[in-house]
Amino acid sequence: MNIALTHLQRLEAESIHIFREVAATFAKPVMLYSVGKDSSVLMHLAMKAFYPAKPPFPFLHVDTTWKFREMIAFRDQMAQKLGFDLLVHVNSDGVRDNINPFDHGSNTHTHVMKTVALRQALDKYGFDAAFGGARRDEEKSRAKERIFSFRNAQHVWDPKNQRPEMWKIFNTRIATGESIRVFPLSNWTELDIWQYILQEDIPIVPLYFAKERPVVERDGMLILRDDDRMELRPGETVENRLVRFRTLGCYPLTGAIESNADTLEAIVGEMLTARTSERQGRLIDRDEAGSMEKKKREGYF
Amino acid sequence: MRHITAESLAPTDGIRDYLAVQEQKSLLRFLTCGSVDDGKSTLIGRLLSDTKQIFEDQLAALERDSRKHGTTGDDVDFALLVDGLEAEREQGITIDVAYRFFATPKRKFIVADTPGHEQYTRNMATGASTADLAIVLIDARQGVLRQTRRHSIIASLLGIRHIALAVNKIDLVGFDKAVFERIVEDYRQFSHKLGFETIVPIPMSARYGDNVTSRSDKTTWYSGPTLIEHLEAVSVDEAVVELPFRFPVQYVNRPNLDFRGFAGTIASGSVSPGDEVVVAKSGKSAHVRRIVSHGGDLSQAVSGQAITLVLDDEVEVSRGNMLVSPAARPQVADQFAANIVWFDEHALLPGRSYILRTETDQTSATVTDLKYRVNVNDFAHEAAKSLEMNEVGICNISTRAPIAFDTFAENRTTGAFILIDRITNATVGAGMILHSLRRAENIHWQSLDVGKHGRADLKNQRPAVFWFTGLSGSGKSTIANLFEKKLFATGRHTYILDGDNVRHGLNRDLGFTDADRVENIRRVAEVARLMADAGLIVIVSFISPFSAERRMARELMASGEFVEVFVDTPFEECARRDPKGLYARALNGEIKNFTGVDSPYEAPENPEIHLKTLGKSAEEMVEALELWLNERDIAENQYDSGGGI
Repeated sequence: MNIALTHLQRLEAESIHIFREVAATFAKPVMLYSVGKDSSVLMHLAMKAFYPAKPPFPFLHVDTTWKFREMIAFRDQMAQKLGFDLLVHVNSDGVRDNINPFDHGSNTHTHVMKTVALRQALDKYGFDAAFGGARRDEEKSRAKERIFSFRNAQHVWDPKNQRPEMWKIFNTRIATGESIRVFPLSNWTELDIWQYILQEDIPIVPLYFAKERPVVERDGMLILRDDDRMELRPGETVENRLVRFRTLGCYPLTGAIESNADTLEAIVGEMLTARTSERQGRLIDRDEAGSMEKKKREGYF
Repeated sequence: MRHITAESLAPTDGIRDYLAVQEQKSLLRFLTCGSVDDGKSTLIGRLLSDTKQIFEDQLAALERDSRKHGTTGDDVDFALLVDGLEAEREQGITIDVAYRFFATPKRKFIVADTPGHEQYTRNMATGASTADLAIVLIDARQGVLRQTRRHSIIASLLGIRHIALAVNKIDLVGFDKAVFERIVEDYRQFSHKLGFETIVPIPMSARYGDNVTSRSDKTTWYSGPTLIEHLEAVSVDEAVVELPFRFPVQYVNRPNLDFRGFAGTIASGSVSPGDEVVVAKSGKSAHVRRIVSHGGDLSQAVSGQAITLVLDDEVEVSRGNMLVSPAARPQVADQFAANIVWFDEHALLPGRSYILRTETDQTSATVTDLKYRVNVNDFAHEAAKSLEMNEVGICNISTRAPIAFDTFAENRTTGAFILIDRITNATVGAGMILHSLRRAENIHWQSLDVGKHGRADLKNQRPAVFWFTGLSGSGKSTIANLFEKKLFATGRHTYILDGDNVRHGLNRDLGFTDADRVENIRRVAEVARLMADAGLIVIVSFISPFSAERRMARELMASGEFVEVFVDTPFEECARRDPKGLYARALNGEIKNFTGVDSPYEAPENPEIHLKTLGKSAEEMVEALELWLNERDIAENQYDSGGGI
């Protein structure tokens, strides 16, 4: 047996350790399941951490009602296959007010349907710890965040006053109403994620693979017209182009890239030569400088 | 030049082959530290940029930000790549640690960019706790500063053994060799006590890239490695797999009655099915039956792996305990000495109760003694009543329940802990265990207002401990009982501690091995001491066969209070009397470790009272004892009254 662990073995062990630490020390944890590739890896690690038992917590999907239809289908299929307890939460106030990315812009839409919705769900069920799939290599404010990230009773992150986090000794103590966001993938990079998906044969939403899809070019991005709620502006046309997605979010806010990568190997190859970061396809990060930090402070993952 | 482009990394022989190579790369975790404005964030920006880890959209954002917040004129301000918080960008300082990732063809790296301000030392410690190497930056114009020293001390305390000494901004001193050499000499002078294995000094300019990833043509006098060459080459393998097996139990996995798995991460060593493991706190042992994993059982697991063990025996193990190698066990104690780094605005106070957490265990703890504070400038040990924020000290710690641990020097995982405030739940300190303490060194006497003399005076007597020793059946209990009756009749306050009775209660957990006999006597001696302190005349009736333990008991008591009474009855007579039928069974081999038969009795050499019982009655023996007591009291009264007679 090879004594030295490989890079992925180390990352896997660290993540499993984090999962178990939460299960052992919190009364009511939950895993935020956003259906993307990082969530797929997170779910796979959770299954491993508690094998032969099932993960001792439910999976929560905050549905903005604007996710790709393929994501919802994949979500339900995975829940059935793996037998985990799936909770879906929609901000009914937002639905009532017809909040949507076209009329209200990405900022308001994300705030109401994602950040507020998440806070509602956490309060409704009384979760005291929530796993998220964020990685430190994604964005500069995430690079600053602890693995166990404290939130006060209003779900607010105080980036200037984070608890020291020494070794693998995590301070999991909180008062009533407070909570901790936990990031088992903190030290993974995008390459690690793809490499692990390849190695472990982890199912992912087909949208990551190149295929001819009906897209509209808008504001410099290729938007997949997933349903007819997206009205075409004058001069816009829907074209079938060979595209895929590097990240997945709300379909009107997520840009596709032109690509013919239809296998995991090809995706990794494409990523290795990419000149732009994966979040470049996300409108919501770019509204203003420091916008991710602002969203995180308000309770976004 | 070692520039790595995405194109040059791109696979030619298939992605899977390429990834297999990536998988075998080793990982180095390091941090950058040093004083404010020494250029830590700039250096990381330079490393990321030169190793082509910055995407075009990120570079575009960086250029925008540089115009807005930058401090480098028209140039790109690399610090803005890592100073990710708004407050940091606005103030131009680093507040919290940022983790960044990059790779070269030889190695993968996780770098923690840590703040230089003293105020944020705890965030520097956070970054250092998981690092194997520290890049200590020094501004060539400033030389070694207070924060250089503080960070070096903390890095050393947290177990970092490798230092890359980056003498930065060398361009601003004209690439002067003499300046470089003087700073290196200063640093070596100062740090020789810190136990670093390697200190590699490199003259560099992070802003312009000299000797970071490419060799500078302006420092021709320097022949050492560039920073990246050093980071790629330095060997930090600690071979924790060679250390004894340590498995802190993190989570007990019990999905149904048929499965009970102990989940955790192996802190050191390795384990295979069939191995014997010991539960650290109870000493119970069992064998590993399976190493369960999602992809099938494993035939071996090594340090760093997160596994689930199934044992062959239903031993009691819960979170916080440790499964360990039977050949080399950790210490289990509730008293130990440790280095403490204090993080909180509210100072550490000896006597205050904190929550102590190791990787999986938790108990409450108090600092019983703050031995000294370390001056970060000259390492002087300074007396201190408290530890303020960012200070370092050595403390004795007492926990409510024992914990299992190794010293931090032996094992970075099982020798560390954090302290948590009970009210705010803030992480207030980090500790590195130095060694365990024997209780005697560490328990502090409470000073009490009502004293021993007062309590004894109230009873109108002098305390004493009559320690009866002799073979089983020698007449100890008979004489002791009669003696107590006589004392009671004269108004004395007494108590008998009898060997058999105590073994039914206080010492019910002890057997008759030598170790247990020692502990048996130690406990009884402690109880007798407390009773004497309460003013009583105590009669201890114990075989107490070993002279060492009787001496230990004598030394516990105040001078003149311990009265050794040798109840001297020959073995043959005791065996003939045999009141409990024990000699017959012992001589038949039915009882092991029986004093006088197969366990020795060491007769006292100079007892205060030597009672030769053969041919005498118990009454005669008691008269001898009363006589002795009266003589002592008269002698003491004379002394007490100041020689007035």
